Amino acid sequence: MTAEQLSQPEPTRRRVIELFLGGGLLASFASFIYPVLRYLVPPAVADLGGDEVVAAKLAELKPNSSKIFRFGSRPGLLIMNSDGTYRALSATCTHLGCTVQYRNDLREIWCACHNGIYDLSGRNVSGPPPRPLDVFDVHVRGDEIVVNRKREA
Amino acid sequence: MAILRNKLRPYRAARFVGLAGGIALAACLVYGQTTNSCLDCHSALPGPLEVTPEKFSQDIHAQKGLTCVSCHGGDASSLDPDQAMSRKAGWKGKIDRKQIPQLCGSCHSDPAYIRQFNPSLRTDQLAQYHTSVHGKRLAAGDTKVAVCTDCHSVHDLRAPSDPRSTVNPVNVATACARCHADADYMKGYSIPTDQFAKYNTSVHHDALVIRGDLSAPTCSTCHGNHGAAPPGVDKVQNVCSNCHTFQDQMYEKSSHKEAFQAASLPGCVVCHSNHGISHPSDAKLGAGPDAVCMQCHTPGDACDQARAALLSSLGRLDVAIKNADQILRVAESSGMEVSDARLGQDQARDALTKARVTIHSFRTDLVDQDIQEGLKITVKNLQTGKEAMAERNHRRAGLGLSLIAIGIVLVGLRLYIQRIER
Amino acid sequence: MFATLRHWLDERLNWDDLMAPLRHKTVPTHRLSYWYFLGGITLFLFVIQVTTGILLLLYYHPGANEAFESVQYIMTRVRFGWLIRSIHSWSANLMIFTAFAHMFSVLFLKAYRKPRELTWISGVLLLFLVMGFGFSGYLLPWNTLAFFATKVGTEITGQVPIVGKPMMIFLRGGEDVTGATLTRFFGFHVAVLPGLVTVMILLHLLLVQRLGMSIPPKLEVQWTANPSARREMKFFPNFMLRELMAWYVGLGVLAALAALFPWNLGVKADPFVPAPAGIKPEWYFLFMFQTLKLIPSKVWIVDGEVLGVLAFGLVGLLWLLLPFFESDQPTRMKAWITGLAVFAVVYITGMSVYGHLAK
Repeated sequence: MTAEQLSQPEPTRRRVIELFLGGGLLASFASFIYPVLRYLVPPAVADLGGDEVVAAKLAELKPNSSKIFRFGSRPGLLIMNSDGTYRALSATCTHLGCTVQYRNDLREIWCACHNGIYDLSGRNVSGPPPRPLDVFDVHVRGDEIVVNRKREA
Repeated sequence: MAILRNKLRPYRAARFVGLAGGIALAACLVYGQTTNSCLDCHSALPGPLEVTPEKFSQDIHAQKGLTCVSCHGGDASSLDPDQAMSRKAGWKGKIDRKQIPQLCGSCHSDPAYIRQFNPSLRTDQLAQYHTSVHGKRLAAGDTKVAVCTDCHSVHDLRAPSDPRSTVNPVNVATACARCHADADYMKGYSIPTDQFAKYNTSVHHDALVIRGDLSAPTCSTCHGNHGAAPPGVDKVQNVCSNCHTFQDQMYEKSSHKEAFQAASLPGCVVCHSNHGISHPSDAKLGAGPDAVCMQCHTPGDACDQARAALLSSLGRLDVAIKNADQILRVAESSGMEVSDARLGQDQARDALTKARVTIHSFRTDLVDQDIQEGLKITVKNLQTGKEAMAERNHRRAGLGLSLIAIGIVLVGLRLYIQRIER
Repeated sequence: MFATLRHWLDERLNWDDLMAPLRHKTVPTHRLSYWYFLGGITLFLFVIQVTTGILLLLYYHPGANEAFESVQYIMTRVRFGWLIRSIHSWSANLMIFTAFAHMFSVLFLKAYRKPRELTWISGVLLLFLVMGFGFSGYLLPWNTLAFFATKVGTEITGQVPIVGKPMMIFLRGGEDVTGATLTRFFGFHVAVLPGLVTVMILLHLLLVQRLGMSIPPKLEVQWTANPSARREMKFFPNFMLRELMAWYVGLGVLAALAALFPWNLGVKADPFVPAPAGIKPEWYFLFMFQTLKLIPSKVWIVDGEVLGVLAFGLVGLLWLLLPFFESDQPTRMKAWITGLAVFAVVYITGMSVYGHLAK
């Protein structure tokens, strides 16, 4: 073999190196680009921001009935009044944290744990609860019922 | 104008004299009011006779304008003891214990009088007192029993809403214990003296005194305050049901109600005790030291089997909740977002709480209903947890692939560098 | 194909002349050459930060009502959002670490000497700016830890006499840490600091290119005496390929950290809740924080915390001007700077560990 031939690695070895490098670079770039491309596509569920949530759809509730929905990490209570309007409050009882319910026979909010009773404005009217329930703002947007926290002044 | 001035001057002078005289008179009157010769002496006397102005100023009666004279009679304006404490001036001296309820009641049972100060204050305390064990025994001549001042204190009496008041809910048990926990004092009465000690270990004490939940019961909540008396064996359920309504509803339709009534057993107290009410646990349904069922039931009989079924139902849901919690916790600490499922777990726990209340019906079918609801929720949450873990493993697989690609590049670069530097 | 592209660029930009210095640039090879990588790695991590930062900008909502939830949204709903965000957080920490390491390696290798004083100054300023990035970025997820760490941190700035209070109000956007602070920090983090850092990096890199790579003094003496002993490699492509390897390792480390230890969300900040016990700043501020905690509350007539803050300010200023404290004359003057550097490393490491372990 000539000196020239010896100074170059054999063609097969060159090919192997090129394959490794090229293939590896391609594969690694793909593994970087793929997540970024998926990331750029906005998800189906829009981000409403933390103080707002879609509690229910328009036809979901009947007059004088209620639904527990999730608001952040706590449950909320959505009530449809007999006249068709909505109200929403925090569903965590201020006594010991049980989840309250709407009593459509008494038109009151009731906590089953120790018989605490709140009126429909969230005021604690009877039993152990020491504080009223937080009241949220409700409005209808299209066919969605949107609940958000009261804006601070 | 000159004429006017001459005419006005005498009027102005008269007005001035009148004003000055009025001020002097007022000063004398006020001076008379502020001398309280009682406190002047009694603030310097030792022991039980000591009443200082600082102490008395804390008293709600003093703040409303009453003075020593209002209850004790006498003449507060005179510094001469014989005059100040003369019978002629109406001085009553130290009020005899038997007279105290009557004395307090002379105002506090008069609605027209109390209305002037606080229209919503009750005025039936004396009437209630007459129906109480204390009141009855006092009427029979026993002066060791509690009278108004024993609980409400005297001379520094505060409104019950004041946290420093001896009859503020947080302090009521301590006030009762002054006598009822004193074994020597209670010698001769046939009631135990361990109630206070037991109460201090109870959940109600924890809620009221430690957590500050003023809705929790103290002695007077179950026994009454002015009309204090034990509720009576057959009325225990009524008293507890004021707060624990659901348990009461369940118990009402259970087999135990009739059985306990027939045996004159005190309802709720049989399993839960009265003063030392501890936080109930599923062990009550078990067979160990905390078990209550086996106090009456025979091992192996139908009721014992029902007990075992109830216990195992509760246990099933408890275990399901714990399993779901466990997997969710691992998923969360691996960075997965599972807060929806965590909220669902709260609902499952609510279902378990409800089942534990339904226990008081002692019916396995009702309890199983609640258990099934809870299990439905835990199954869903367990599924969510498993999906989160699958996603986690998915991510790690992805990491592995990209690390392999990176490894290949590193090897390739190394070889390439070696080649060009040959 | 590359040749035609090069030719096209050369005809329009004088590409070859532009690239000439790079082609001739060499990197000395010696026992301590590996330390040369640190600067490049810091730059690489900065590029990662900018990229992931821009991606995060697509979904982040600055504002007290929305910030936390938007980060939660990124972590849970956006495809690979967890990856982008975790890489951003990990890379931030790694970058600060490599920046410190780079600074200390320059200190120990004495690369700050004349004529490289300006490189050192621009580098120290970059370090301060990078720590500013860390401080401002930390608040953006608006969780409890960040909220209170910012409160404590800005409180300490307020301790500086005379200018402290106005400075604190400027930083906070008001007397207290509120949504206004978040907005302000967001502005600093995505606009002000990137602009400043870009300019400073360009200056720093320009100086490095113009002045070439420095070599440790002992080696310099040897190689001046014996020029044939000089070992160097071409920057392009040899050193660059090695640097590429280092960057790829960095990528692998980041990917592993992000996948195995995703950055957590924490709990949304609530200004009305009392501070949780044991609030600490991020690890790169721990040594200063711990020092301040150890200073007695009154030193003679001066308030301890004020003294501490002023002391750190002074140290920072002197650090910036370090090269000017050394004369050209050999050996004697240089020993104390090495000693100072060793003390600094030990102090920072020790205080950080202490601060981490302390309640």
